[in-house]
Amino acid sequence: MSTLKVDVHHVTRVEGHGNIVVDVENGELTQCDLQIVETPRFFEAMLRGRAYDEASHITSRICGICAVGHATASLRATEQALGVTPSLQTTLLRKLNFHGEILDSHVLHIYMLVAPDYLGLGSVIPLAKSAPDIVLRALRMKQLAGDLCATLCGRHTHPISMTVGGFTQFPKPAELRALRERLVASRADCDATIQLLQGLEFPAFERDTEYVALHRDDEYCFIDGSIASSDGGIRPLDEYREVTNETIVAHSSAKHTRHRRESYMVGALARFNINYDLLHPRAQAAAEVLGLHPKTINPYLNAAAQAVEVVHCTEDAILLIDQLLDLGIKPEEPAAPTRMSGEGVGAADVPRGTLFHHYRIEDGTIVGANCIIPTGQNLANIELDMRALVPGILDRTQQEITLALEMLVRAYDPCISCSTHMLDVKFV
Amino acid sequence: MKPKVAFFEFTSCEGCQLTVLDTLQRHPELLEVIEIVQFREAMSERSDDYQIAFIEGSCTRASDEEKIREIRTQAQIVIAVGACAHLGGINAIRNRMPLENVREYVYGEKKDWFETYPARPLSAVIKVDAVIPGCPIDRDEFAMAVTHLLQGRMPAIPDYPLCIECKLTENVCMFLRGQTCLGPITRAGCDAICPSCGQGCEGCRGLIPSPNLGAIKDALRERGMTEEQIDARLSLFLTYQTMQMEGVTPA
Ligand code: SF4
Ligand code: SF4
Ligand code: SF4
Repeated sequence: MSTLKVDVHHVTRVEGHGNIVVDVENGELTQCDLQIVETPRFFEAMLRGRAYDEASHITSRICGICAVGHATASLRATEQALGVTPSLQTTLLRKLNFHGEILDSHVLHIYMLVAPDYLGLGSVIPLAKSAPDIVLRALRMKQLAGDLCATLCGRHTHPISMTVGGFTQFPKPAELRALRERLVASRADCDATIQLLQGLEFPAFERDTEYVALHRDDEYCFIDGSIASSDGGIRPLDEYREVTNETIVAHSSAKHTRHRRESYMVGALARFNINYDLLHPRAQAAAEVLGLHPKTINPYLNAAAQAVEVVHCTEDAILLIDQLLDLGIKPEEPAAPTRMSGEGVGAADVPRGTLFHHYRIEDGTIVGANCIIPTGQNLANIELDMRALVPGILDRTQQEITLALEMLVRAYDPCISCSTHMLDVKFV
Repeated sequence: MKPKVAFFEFTSCEGCQLTVLDTLQRHPELLEVIEIVQFREAMSERSDDYQIAFIEGSCTRASDEEKIREIRTQAQIVIAVGACAHLGGINAIRNRMPLENVREYVYGEKKDWFETYPARPLSAVIKVDAVIPGCPIDRDEFAMAVTHLLQGRMPAIPDYPLCIECKLTENVCMFLRGQTCLGPITRAGCDAICPSCGQGCEGCRGLIPSPNLGAIKDALRERGMTEEQIDARLSLFLTYQTMQMEGVTPA
């Protein structure tokens, strides 16, 4: 086919609204965009004038699926700004809560959004009839993840009890022990998830790119850490702008980013490529089964990297619960601010990749805010993937090409509803 | 015949739709009694033949109004889902700020590239038959709403304040704990989940009928909150409603 027009209006099975537009004329690729058509949200502007302790509750509403991630990054930014040092217990509870969200989001993505493509279905609903065991497993895993979040912070979507310096509610040891038991039992479901992915036929498309993720030397990092690139170099969090370098493009209400190359990728595959050595041994074994090694450069395999993280987070959640039980979980007052003015950057590697919150606070009131979300960072990379993919598949039918592109976009697990932040906000 | 149901979202975080998905997973029997014909976030199939429309999100640009009206024309019943659709939600925080300033702060000199206007609840654009309040909605309340619809009734929501539920839950009042709470003016129905988790209510379910705003402001003042902090708290979820009560139109 030498002339092709693809116009997918509102890609389905992703968070938020995006369009794919491809135009090929006489064998020449003239247009290849992932258009972001979501309405602008203006969270950064809305944070101004707010008390510092409202920020995490407001910003969790940026995204219903990464609410814990936004709350966590927001709290860390506020704590950096106001000189708050959370206790060990708080840090452990946050990490555990975070695993709940990663598990929930990854299971949703793998089973409900990605798998139907590979099984030739439009959604997970018909699967409930044809393969009930697969659907029931996904539900069991999601329910466990949701219950984990609800136990720690009151509810999954929009956590309640996480606050600056700590928590306002604490899980009972018996609740943690019950969760631990379910996590241990969930190992069988993790294994079955790996088996499921082993059986899927991922497209053989590869494109080398730069991968960016948070990194720490002592753990597979989701909260804090530094910013690491697969092209080399580690930067402290407060230099995030040197990495993200946001630019505005006309066809997207979300800004694009670039670091050392034209674009970079964040998310499960980026974390896997950068932090592989720090994965739990069971997760490394799972990667082995899937034939996944760093550095993996097929973006469709992001779902496989997510499955590896499902194994890792399940194992690490068990370890965290053990640590919390050993420590003897106790109600404690949140750590107090040591000053009421300051500037701080907080970061979290949420299911879709690295998230930055940056606040300036004066006398307890937020006067400046900047949030950079993962999907925004991935957009330029998705487009370059599409550009590399299309010429090689022009011999297929229009329908097949469209599906390949939609699957590519979905592989990144984009969360378009929150990718509406843009500009480089200068704090003056 | 099973009623055909469609889900739509406008400006929102999709957290309410995720809660719907979660509810459907926990209550698979609901899928036996309704037929979902459109749910962009969860499925690729889609049909425009539906009787019940659940709409999440607020309307924040003129170009969305047409689509919202189209849904109204097609559906026999339209339900606003969550605080964004019900109240304008968190998106309406900016309604008290000069719009130009908000646009410029986020988009700088490119501010005109992206269409927007002050956030509105669905009911400001079309007639809404019922609401499921909350940010996010409550799972049980959604399941209950579907049950009511199947019985041919409109879903009903409590019209008494959160404090009643909070007392039934035997919480120590946040005010007695030295904190603040919007429970006295907020619609019940969430089982006072926030006070139960040690946080004051932020009003996500909207105002009760005839709320005493003067009294709640006094109570917040007594707790040492400044006028600015009080305004901020009352405008987390209640901006649209309080501006309407004051007869103020967004900047
Ligand atoms: S009401 Fe809350 S949870 Fe629902 S879409 Fe709006 S912001 Fe998200
Ligand atoms: S905590 Fe809030 S909802 Fe509960 S009784 Fe006190 S004011 Fe009312
Ligand atoms: S307690 Fe208040 S803020 Fe919390 S869910 Fe209920 S109505 Fe919403």
